[in-house]
Amino acid sequence: MIEFHNVSKRYPGSGDALSRVSFKLAGGEMAFLTGHSGAGKSTLLKLIAVLIRPTNGQVLINNENIGHISRRRIPYVRRNVGIIFQDHKLLFDRTVFDNVALPLVIAGVSHREIGRRVRASLDKVGLLNKEKSLPITLSGGQQQRVGIARAVVNKPPILLADEPTGNLDPELSREIMELFAQFQQVGVSVLIASHDLDLISQMGHKVLTLDEGRMVAGGMHNAPQGEPR
Amino acid sequence: MISPSVYIARHMQVMLATLGDMIRSPMSNLMTIAVMGIALALPTGLHVILKNVQQVTAQWDGAAQISLFMKPSVTDKQADQLANILQKRQDVKSVTRITRSEALEEFRKNSGFGEALEALEDNPFPAVIVVFPTEQSDNLLTVQTMLASFKQRPEVELAQLDMQWLKRLYAIMDFGRRGIWVLAAMLSLSVLLVVGNTIRLAIQNRRDEIEIIKLIGGTDAFIRRPFLYTGFWYGLSGGILSWLLVTLSIWLLSGPVSQLATLYDSNYSLSSLDLLGSIILLGLSIFLGLAGSWIAVSRHLDAIEPE
Ligand SMILES: Nc1ncnc2c1ncn2[C@@H]1O[C@H](COP(=O)(O)OP(=O)(O)OP(=O)(O)O)[C@@H](O)[C@H]1O
Ligand SMILES: [Mg+2]
Repeated sequence: MIEFHNVSKRYPGSGDALSRVSFKLAGGEMAFLTGHSGAGKSTLLKLIAVLIRPTNGQVLINNENIGHISRRRIPYVRRNVGIIFQDHKLLFDRTVFDNVALPLVIAGVSHREIGRRVRASLDKVGLLNKEKSLPITLSGGQQQRVGIARAVVNKPPILLADEPTGNLDPELSREIMELFAQFQQVGVSVLIASHDLDLISQMGHKVLTLDEGRMVAGGMHNAPQGEPR
Repeated sequence: MISPSVYIARHMQVMLATLGDMIRSPMSNLMTIAVMGIALALPTGLHVILKNVQQVTAQWDGAAQISLFMKPSVTDKQADQLANILQKRQDVKSVTRITRSEALEEFRKNSGFGEALEALEDNPFPAVIVVFPTEQSDNLLTVQTMLASFKQRPEVELAQLDMQWLKRLYAIMDFGRRGIWVLAAMLSLSVLLVVGNTIRLAIQNRRDEIEIIKLIGGTDAFIRRPFLYTGFWYGLSGGILSWLLVTLSIWLLSGPVSQLATLYDSNYSLSSLDLLGSIILLGLSIFLGLAGSWIAVSRHLDAIEPE
């Protein structure tokens, strides 16, 4: 599903944020991405969502190299990738329902279908009774779950989360992680950046570890330099 | 992937949603619409007035006449003979004679200087022949050659074409027409800038929203759509406002104008913007609204990229 081959990313004016990273995440597989602050976790996730482009190497989603796709194609790639942000990125002047419905509206789903799917999604994260609320009236954990409901509402095959439990208490964090595990069980590939090592080890999934931009555990051996794969 | 009916429904939905947004915050929108309406009403109103002037003069257009003032030595009889000769010309429709005594009598009646005239021994008025050209020859060029040939006549002291003023009026109107075009072009440009600026502010206000929509896979077209519809509504309502302003102004002017017309023995009444003109006004206004928002959107949307 997701494959990185010798991927490097250098931001202008600084060293390599990622260097020669290779790994594979199969369809329906769940993995944690960990490493110290500044190790390159967010950078790796942004490459999958085409928020940034790799300096070198190949980023494949379903065997398509998305590192060089045209600007016009980017939205369609993103529709296959549900993203959960640490700061939720909700629209605060819209109801919970409208926030969750946004990906479906964008995809042109019919009105009736939207109602059905938004409620199914809110039910999944346990917020069905909050559909008419404004996000500002919800707790941090509830806002995070609205973000998750929005990310999964159009059933993307890939789910990414960047420190989704950053400022939640351990119990809530665990609940959120369990939720991700449920999506994995129905065939979604899930990749979660986190440095909550305790929780990660409890969950017992594949762990990819980054150190100074290099993948030191969980990755694949790099192909010899100069001839990627 | 998306069926046509869903596609159309989506457009309708965005169209109505943007209208709803505008109605919910009327003040700032009314300002933009008022600026558009007034800016478009100005050249449109001037155009309507010019068209009215054109209509009035068109009624007088077929009324060229040449007045031939005889030399003082020419007797009424000699003038009669000349009138008969002129009457036979191909390009002359009819000829009217004013004898010296008729001219005197008329002057006495209308001027109030009758007493003073009594004191004169001789009748100071010359005989006058008024020549009306036929319809075919009633144009500026032919009439002017006729005028030239009449001037050659020994009996004629002065030949005067009563169309000179018309020619001058036409020149002034032509100038006016060009002026209106220049004005219309400049004001259209300002309308474009006003809409563009309003949309630019709207884009800035919704920066976060645009960023989030891009993050979850919204296409450029999807993001552009509400702003373009907002531009459309600005154009439509600005156009309607300017139409109302023009119609109202013409209505206010029509009373005094028909009074004036009665003084000239005419039943002329002001005509307002016709159907075609109204359609052009609305179409232009909508075009300017759309174009203004298009420019703003294409200049400012690309700059918003999610991080
Ligand atoms: N936009 C950017 N411009 C320049 N350098 C950047 C940019 N974004 C990240 N970096 C650098 O790239 C490296 C990796 O950053 P990244 O955000 O991927 O780390 P991270 O593992 O997500 O860290 P954290 O756990 O603190 O979120 C860091 O050294 C960072 O300074
Ligand atoms: Mg990070």
